[in-house]
Amino acid sequence: MSSQPLLQVNDLRKEFPIKGGVFGREIGTVQAVNGISFTVNKGETFSLVGESGCGKSTTGKLLLRLHEPTGGEVLFEGENIYTFSKEKMRKTRRDMQMVFQDPFASLNPRHTIEKILTEPLIVHGIGTKEERKEKVEHILDVVGMRKEHKKRYPHQFSGGQRQRIGIARALMTNPKLIVADEPVSALDVSIQSQVLNLMKDLQQEFELTYIFISHDLGVVRYISDRIGVMYLGHMVELSDSEELYREPLHPYTKTLLSAVPIADPTVKRERIEIKGDLPSPSNPPSGCVFHTRCNACMDICKVEKPKMKQFRPGHYVACHLYND
Amino acid sequence: MTIKPLLQVKNLKTSFFTDDGEVPAVEDISFNVYPGEIVGIVGESGSGKSVTSLSIMGLLPNPPGKVTGGEIYLNGKNILQFNEKQMRRVRGNELAMIFQEPMTSLNPLFTIGNQLMEAVLIHNKWPKKKAYDRAVEMLRLVGLPRHEELMNAYPHELSGGMRQRVMIAMALICNPKVLIADEPTTALDVTIQAQILQLIKEINEKLKTAVLLITHDLGVVAEVCERVIVMYAGKIVEEGDVHTIFQNPQHPYTKGLLQSIPDIRKKEKRLYSIPGTVPKPGSVKKGCRFYSRCNVRMPRCLHDQPPYYTTEENHKVRCWLVEKEGEEREQSTITTSQ
Ligand SMILES: Nc1ncnc2c1ncn2[C@@H]1O[C@H](COP(=O)(O)OP(=O)(O)OP(=O)(O)O)[C@@H](O)[C@H]1O
Ligand SMILES: Nc1ncnc2c1ncn2[C@@H]1O[C@H](COP(=O)(O)OP(=O)(O)O)[C@@H](O)[C@H]1O
Ligand code: SF4
Ligand code: SF4
Ligand SMILES: [Mg+2]
Ligand SMILES: [Mg+2]
Repeated sequence: MSSQPLLQVNDLRKEFPIKGGVFGREIGTVQAVNGISFTVNKGETFSLVGESGCGKSTTGKLLLRLHEPTGGEVLFEGENIYTFSKEKMRKTRRDMQMVFQDPFASLNPRHTIEKILTEPLIVHGIGTKEERKEKVEHILDVVGMRKEHKKRYPHQFSGGQRQRIGIARALMTNPKLIVADEPVSALDVSIQSQVLNLMKDLQQEFELTYIFISHDLGVVRYISDRIGVMYLGHMVELSDSEELYREPLHPYTKTLLSAVPIADPTVKRERIEIKGDLPSPSNPPSGCVFHTRCNACMDICKVEKPKMKQFRPGHYVACHLYND
Repeated sequence: MTIKPLLQVKNLKTSFFTDDGEVPAVEDISFNVYPGEIVGIVGESGSGKSVTSLSIMGLLPNPPGKVTGGEIYLNGKNILQFNEKQMRRVRGNELAMIFQEPMTSLNPLFTIGNQLMEAVLIHNKWPKKKAYDRAVEMLRLVGLPRHEELMNAYPHELSGGMRQRVMIAMALICNPKVLIADEPTTALDVTIQAQILQLIKEINEKLKTAVLLITHDLGVVAEVCERVIVMYAGKIVEEGDVHTIFQNPQHPYTKGLLQSIPDIRKKEKRLYSIPGTVPKPGSVKKGCRFYSRCNVRMPRCLHDQPPYYTTEENHKVRCWLVEKEGEEREQSTITTSQ
């Protein structure tokens, strides 16, 4: 591809200290994100999937520099955001917004919708008072709410409406990138589909690029162009969305896909059993991080960490089974 | 059918008494659970699933909650008339329940062994050794490793999936006839969910425990349940065997819900979505509760509450459309037979 990717992530790492003991001293570290790399093209939806604690949210926050990394870089339109000055980062934030899982916790309960939506404009010094007012009404309309709603407070809305407000807030600054961390996980199915459709429409209309974080693989298939599968801080597989569902390569991806219950009682599926529990991210297994639970584990897996390799054009996997 | 239901809920009505007056959470619901079957209750949040299960268990927070009408029979006895002491004997013994968040129902200060043994000893005057052995046996049954070690472990030392297994072990320790599982896998990852659902199925098969599985996830229902009850805004709108509900749903809400799920087996162009939101409890005073969101509503639906129709054996639907079809079918049968 000739055009520059919007986002290029190289060997990104994040460690968190574990505090313990009576003095709250550092007694170890959690490898929340352990050397992941991927690129995201303009206008696409790149999803991060994986089970609880695998590092999806941490990655999402690193992409917006809401965390400082332990290592690696994130190039946004070719520039490493971790080298930005405070001022430059502040300006860049206009282009990168976040939508959170819990629409209630992420909206200030004491502020009206109008105030919530105007705030990002004030922070970035966008527009006159009149223009801001107009923008609020326009964006409310865009996300399918009425302009009278701006006088109300978050608690006066249902979960689905609050998520629309969360999306509206993210849209206020005309961002290029939106990181949506489990944006529909707290919603009921009938409302979830409304919000997913809305997100798709907005992507078209505003040429948005999404990083979509989710543990729901049905939702992910609907929304994604490409997908990165994470396990214990590592990216184990990366592929075009349709190819991933058609032909998953990594044993973990296969297990994950086979575990999803399907709303059709006539399907009887072969489920791939997963052994044991998720290892602790503060003490990850040697070699391949999945080896303690993998049913295809070989001797080499226990000692050598598999590298991410391109198996087919655009389809990458980190597993010794695919070494030739 | 001559088989008697184990659990029979008849015209149950449960309300919350708040500053705004009486807010009905569950209104006039009736259903049966037969020995050895797995029945699912599905519905969106706030539809009254948990209130139903807490009403059955006698665990409704009171005040503000109160059962204001109906009967609940367990093995033919109306347990709504039981006093707290009688109810305590029923709970954990004939009727057991597991909750969504296993951590909140395990005591962090006691070991797993302690809590399991306590659960047996409440209902049985057993020597400690016997209770200990039973606890270990249950841990084995729910597929937990290293039993002796686990008996001495505290809840926080276990993963979410292990805790949910412990909760299931605790619920089953006195051999209940009915197990109510309220969103037992909602807080778990899919791979762990698959294991727990498998466990619930195995227990149902091995011990013949009837299970009332409450969930908002239609995938889970399709996977484990034999019969399905669909709730909407405090009422049951449809009930039938799992194949009927998934392949031939009749209520517009059930149909919409099924269409809204993104299918993992194919990429959908556009998701169907039911417009609007669930009405606030008590806000619909007359007519059909689904009226504001229904894409096939008729004028009469606004004023008249649709009755609970039985279309075929064991398929029940609360919708006026079904009556119409029923009438038509009847008429056409008459014409052809003439
Ligand atoms: N601020 C923090 N301090 C210490 N550890 C953290 C912090 N944030 C995350 N972690 C740890 O980093 C790991 C990855 O967490 P993260 O929140 O990114 O997971 P996730 O994939 O988003 O999970 P979920 O699906 O549950 O949201 C976990 O082990 C978590 O406990
Ligand atoms: N403790 C309570 N006080 C007041 N209202 C309650 C309480 N618990 C539940 N409700 C109300 O009862 C209705 C049904 O709730 P619930 O049974 O918990 O729904 P769900 O189907 O999600 O389990 C909801 O409108 C809810 O707000
Ligand atoms: S590298 Fe080995 S242990 Fe890891 S997923 Fe592949 S086969 Fe399994
Ligand atoms: S009774 Fe009327 S409004 Fe209600 S579901 Fe049936 S058609 Fe729709
Ligand atoms: Mg997260
Ligand atoms: Mg509930």
